[in-house]
Amino acid sequence: MIKSSRSVTVSRRDALFAGGVALSGAAVALLAGRPALAAQHAGSQSAQKDASVINTALALEYEGINAYTLGAQSNLLEKPVLAIAVKFQDDHKVHRDRLLAVLKTLGATPVREKSLAEYAEELEVNKLKNQADVLNFAAGLERGAVNAYLGIIPSFADHALAKLAGQLASDETVHFAILNQALGRPLPAAMSFGV
Amino acid sequence: MRRAPFRVAAFCAITGALTMAHGAVRGGDAQRGEALYDSRCTACHSLDHSRIGPAHRGVFGRRAGRVAGFDYSPALRRSHVVWNAKSLDRWLTNPELFIPGQKMGYSVPDAQDRTDIVAFLGSPDAR
Repeated sequence: MIKSSRSVTVSRRDALFAGGVALSGAAVALLAGRPALAAQHAGSQSAQKDASVINTALALEYEGINAYTLGAQSNLLEKPVLAIAVKFQDDHKVHRDRLLAVLKTLGATPVREKSLAEYAEELEVNKLKNQADVLNFAAGLERGAVNAYLGIIPSFADHALAKLAGQLASDETVHFAILNQALGRPLPAAMSFGV
Repeated sequence: MRRAPFRVAAFCAITGALTMAHGAVRGGDAQRGEALYDSRCTACHSLDHSRIGPAHRGVFGRRAGRVAGFDYSPALRRSHVVWNAKSLDRWLTNPELFIPGQKMGYSVPDAQDRTDIVAFLGSPDAR
């Protein structure tokens, strides 16, 4: 999720917003493992917008973590499937921690994680009646995350940052593909993500 | 009978005017828009529940920042935007340019995609 480490200007930020989710210097630099560069950008005009977008991503990861908790607590999953769900949830926790680290660097307040009951209502988990429902539900969330992360890749001038966004999208794609397989569905068509 | 064509034309004009007054979209493919909505928007939004973003059902004709219980940015709450085909198109084109300080960082660059998504949001399925 992210943007280039080149100079940060308003016009450049506008260009980023034309392509999808936008993050700017500090967040990008931190996520790319460049803390010194992150510090350089922190406090800039674009930092507030970075924090806003990162918080949106964090909210997405919080939702994913809680969705897997709800799935696990549904007692609808067979043991092997449950183990996979827990692994996927761990991946989302890794994403969460990376995003929290970015927000800390920016001096921004992280978005609130809602209660499990709130997520249950928003995601209508009461409609899940069997394992296939849960898998389909999770697959939908993962596909949405893939598309959200892919949507930001064209924004990058720095190929390393585009690669990082691709790594995040890849995690979600792996999740989606495995869930899709578990549902017994055909393999996704070529070029079916990000459109 | 001789007046039928006139009546048809008048009916079309009136219904067309009413449709545009509510901001529905001419030329948009709501069915394709629904597929695009499902693919691109549902990571954060749904029709009936506010999640990362606010619920969308009934968005046409609603003032921006007015879904009860959703934590909007001050910029959106302060805006006087009313959602219709034109304002939604501007929003999806570049949310930050349209309402600086808002929180949504996702845009839809392709004009036809925007038109179709907006057509879905204005369709009976999303009202």
